[in-house]
Amino acid sequence: MAAEILAESVYYQYSQAKDLALKDINLRIQKGEFVAIIGPNGSGKSTLAKLFNGLFIPAKGSVRVDGLDTRDRENIWKIRQKAGMVFQNPDNQIVATVVEEDVAFGPENLGVPPEEIKKRVYEALKIVELTDFDQKAPHLLSGGQKQRVAIAGVIAMKPDYIILDEPTAMLDPVGRREVINTVKRLNREEGKTIVLITHFMEEAVQADRVIVMNRGRVVMEGTPREIFSRVEELKEIGLDVPQVTELAHRLKGRGLEVRGDILTIDEMVECLCPLL
Amino acid sequence: MREITIGQYIPGNSVIHRLDPRTKILITFAFMVLLFVIDDFTGYAFPAVFIIVASLLSGISLKYMIRGLRPLVVIILLTFVLNLFMIKGRVIYEVGPLDITYEGLHQGVFMVLRLVMLIVGTSLLTLTTSPITLTDGIESLLKPFSRVGVPAHELAMMMTIALRFIPTLMEETDKIMKAQMARGADFSSGNIVKRAKSLVPLLVPLFISAFRRADDLAMAMESRCYRGGENRTRMKQLRMTYADLVAFIATGLLAAGSLASRFIW
Ligand SMILES: Nc1ncnc2c1ncn2[C@@H]1O[C@H](COP(=O)(O)OP(=O)(O)OP(=O)(O)O)[C@@H](O)[C@H]1O
Ligand SMILES: [Mg+2]
Repeated sequence: MAAEILAESVYYQYSQAKDLALKDINLRIQKGEFVAIIGPNGSGKSTLAKLFNGLFIPAKGSVRVDGLDTRDRENIWKIRQKAGMVFQNPDNQIVATVVEEDVAFGPENLGVPPEEIKKRVYEALKIVELTDFDQKAPHLLSGGQKQRVAIAGVIAMKPDYIILDEPTAMLDPVGRREVINTVKRLNREEGKTIVLITHFMEEAVQADRVIVMNRGRVVMEGTPREIFSRVEELKEIGLDVPQVTELAHRLKGRGLEVRGDILTIDEMVECLCPLL
Repeated sequence: MREITIGQYIPGNSVIHRLDPRTKILITFAFMVLLFVIDDFTGYAFPAVFIIVASLLSGISLKYMIRGLRPLVVIILLTFVLNLFMIKGRVIYEVGPLDITYEGLHQGVFMVLRLVMLIVGTSLLTLTTSPITLTDGIESLLKPFSRVGVPAHELAMMMTIALRFIPTLMEETDKIMKAQMARGADFSSGNIVKRAKSLVPLLVPLFISAFRRADDLAMAMESRCYRGGENRTRMKQLRMTYADLVAFIATGLLAAGSLASRFIW
């Protein structure tokens, strides 16, 4: 059995829409990877995410999670258990009135025995560092905390893949950092495969691989370093690059001897010091 | 708007708090029926003692519960006054064209007592039971009726979601209201028609956002494998204990005592 999410020539069209939302998508997301998906508004990122766990079914082509085809209705619950999903708005994905109950929601739906659910809830809250919040009402938490509750709710289902659709878009910088650190820890320490959709290039830089989408197609794919060195191409489709990369690019444009693929401030410092 | 606290619950760990929610719902129900069945003062001594004992056990002061009656003071007074004047019988005092009768006074006091005990008794349930436990209790009690078409699980899920989103929507109402006021909207002056009209720019965005939330939430629930009540387990199992048995017996004795009292006196 293949340990991967595999999309083969996937097309998708919304019923009310004229144009295809996704065209000829071919992607392979391997177990253990941390993949970031970026792209301008309306490029089809959310649509793709929903195809990954069978919320949407491809009009043409196929999506397979560990070899299970999402078109097969029999597989759907297994797939959703394997590929958990975190959405943008933290308020709209929390179901219960108590944190612990919300984290339990997924396992309850899977029919896990009560004692096992308790264990999973405790472990999940520990991973997102919210152990002391188990009895709190979700609406009293900060945005970053709510989003971590949502992540815990997914972890408790014991998925292999976690797909996060702009989980930081509605958060302040503190909340954003909390969530991104949690996501990174899930990947490094818990071995979860991460698909992170984001508008923040600084977040995409942290991934192993970046996928760029535009108008329903995958237009670039590569390591963050490869992708963000293509500043002009990214700008053309309306995307930014991380601020330091932008700076390096401009300095290079002015004739300075700077590498074009700088991603972090440290790298920048290293690069500039010899020039002084 | 902010003061509305639905199912206001005072967290605690008393015997009453720890009773199974089903026990508390059933006893509250029996208690209400009893209040309507008893029709003399002596009979009411039993439920009165019952309330006092229960409140002592729950650690929630009687004073706090009586204070909870404040919003209903108008209704209580009205009940009293109506009974006082409307019931015919032996006149004991005349106020202009109205007569106060002995029977009216008796009935008025009696009705007020009934109302107060009804409210205090039921609020004891919500004060000592968290909304989510209450919902679990209702679901479990309705379950036997799901065979005849009562959607027990769905009702409980609806209640949970309503409870979950009340604070969120209130916060949002507040935000929209402030935003509209900043643009010169006026929600608090003018006659009824004008005020109703001023609510339109508040309600329209609120409804749109509520539907958007519903859509998102449905998607989120589906992706967490929600497919109705079938094959679903619960983290917290409801379990009756010795204390529940004691509570039922106490209630039974209370009912027997208050009904018997009318024959003894
Ligand atoms: N429910 C819908 N009905 C019809 N068309 C839709 C629907 N949802 C999205 N679309 C269209 O499908 C395309 C892809 O949308 P999608 O939401 O996947 O983009 P996105 O990359 O997630 O954008 P954003 O960055 O704004 O979240 C867009 O052109 C959008 O207008
Ligand atoms: Mg999107």
